[in-house]
Amino acid sequence: MTALDIAPRPLELDEAAARAYVERGAGLRAATPAEAAPELAKIATGIRRDVLTTIQAARMGHVGGDLSVTDLLVTAMWGTLRLDPFDPANPERDRFILSKGHCAAALYSTLASCGFFARERLSEFMAPLSPLNGHPNRVKVPGVETNTGPLGHGFPVATGCALGAKLRGESWRTIVVLGDGEMQEGSNWEAAMTAAHYGLDNLTAVVDRNRLQQGARTEDTNKLEPLDDKWAAFGWEVRIIDGHDHQAIKEAYAPSTTGRPVAVVANTVKGKGVSFMEDRVEWHHKVPTDEQVRLALEELSR
Amino acid sequence: MTVVAEQTPTFDCRIDFADELITMARADERIVAVCNDSVGSSNLVKFREEFPHRLVNVGIAEQDLVGVAAGLANAGFIPFVSAAAPFLTGRALEQIKADVVYSDRHVVLCGQSPGMAYGELGPTHHSIEDISWMRAVPGLPVVVPADPAQTRAAVRWAAASGRPSYLRIPRFKVPAVTPADAVFETGRATRLAEGGDLTVIAVGTMVSRALDAAALLREQGVEARVVNMTFVEPLDVAEVVAAAEETGVIVTAEEGLVSGGLGAAVAKVVAEHRPVPVRMVGVPTFAPTGSTSFLLDHFGLNADGIAKAAREALGRS
Repeated sequence: MTALDIAPRPLELDEAAARAYVERGAGLRAATPAEAAPELAKIATGIRRDVLTTIQAARMGHVGGDLSVTDLLVTAMWGTLRLDPFDPANPERDRFILSKGHCAAALYSTLASCGFFARERLSEFMAPLSPLNGHPNRVKVPGVETNTGPLGHGFPVATGCALGAKLRGESWRTIVVLGDGEMQEGSNWEAAMTAAHYGLDNLTAVVDRNRLQQGARTEDTNKLEPLDDKWAAFGWEVRIIDGHDHQAIKEAYAPSTTGRPVAVVANTVKGKGVSFMEDRVEWHHKVPTDEQVRLALEELSR
Repeated sequence: MTVVAEQTPTFDCRIDFADELITMARADERIVAVCNDSVGSSNLVKFREEFPHRLVNVGIAEQDLVGVAAGLANAGFIPFVSAAAPFLTGRALEQIKADVVYSDRHVVLCGQSPGMAYGELGPTHHSIEDISWMRAVPGLPVVVPADPAQTRAAVRWAAASGRPSYLRIPRFKVPAVTPADAVFETGRATRLAEGGDLTVIAVGTMVSRALDAAALLREQGVEARVVNMTFVEPLDVAEVVAAAEETGVIVTAEEGLVSGGLGAAVAKVVAEHRPVPVRMVGVPTFAPTGSTSFLLDHFGLNADGIAKAAREALGRS
């Protein structure tokens, strides 16, 4: 079969999964962080497994960052925000933006878990003509708010969303998840100033602080620390958490109480959940062998 | 030297841009203006007075400017991003590509004071590259109004189009050139003068000068057709092919870099459909110090320069 034999097939709603998401998601949103944490952890483990098999099928991907950001994604989309897989353009939906767009496999796996499209379609990740490109495309993937990939783009767009909600007097909120290496992009600090200036307390910016970027540690490349002081100096309310603790994440995602936008510095481990990938720079976009995937899935089923 | 420009009233199109935007904003509450400390230079002070909450000023931060506009579009607004053309298109090029056009957000990018409108401030503030850069973004309409009526029509068109677009708003004063019955449609050129010896295809500030050039050429026994192309993307291919077939020679004129601009767009169509001689009048390089008028004359972006290019193309120089 050649690429020309494959017809592009649009992604369609997975009705059963969407119904389950609407029901279970409402419960998880309403639950206390402590109550919701065990189930969020279970969903996250499923997403990690899907990330691994998705990357295995594609033979491409950014597995290290996918695994560091998984808990932040799951807690946002399942445990905090009101997304609408039945009507992805519903004007009243909350907005979720993954600014570190190279972690598309984690985003797609989580969107599929919410029913935006069928989970089986993950096997098409990066296949010829697949809507599931290596970086998310909102025109082709329901649930994606803006096309990301080049770093430093999602945050200004999220700021515009939050400002738009304020101008309209609407109560929906926006969460944007950024890579830590991405914080070296100047456009993010432009957005940080704007969001604070306009008092966007309906915006939460989350930094996946795994301390590694593509080639080395962030602190050996272009220092980010003291990252919390930087956010505070830019006028943000800062919350520092363990980015793999679902209770802590859900607590940190609670709306602002200060009238200021909220920055969550989530300390994470790149490659989290797979022992031989954890905190190792080479797993930024290395592709696991079938044997390594088997071992990883085994670790994730314990 | 220009002929018409000395005898007829001329206009700063920013005034019509802002006035039309206010008129439209009264009727459509989705319209917002987004600026980068460019409220005054975009002539949007009155807009802010009437709609204080619908003018977003992010300060001197162009990447943020365009990203925020894409977010406002996500939230249901129709943002008109109004900023000096060199900084909007150069500094925020990747945001224009990824956040607006590739993401298919209905954001109207309004490049103010384009070309060499900033005169003595020099090439850092000139925007001779914007047409080339914007043409290189797949599917982005590049609209270059030539006078107040076209500027107003472009604003209305962009608000209704439902898609992203780039409007290049002239600041250097231009006379009115658009006939009252002219239609403003996507990819539609306007024929302003008829002639069988060659066609001058121009945009923006060069349209009135192309008409002046045609008057000069007529005195010399050369009949020039004059076309206001308006849309550099999507180009009016039929009008270019007709010019090649019916007049056999084409001269293009634009206040912008010759590489990748209107001339290049026309030459591509001519090369593919009907090869004929083409001469391109434009800005060849970074400008020396001088006022806008001085620089336009310096580079031959005037009636004499266009007429000279025409005679060369016809082999009558």
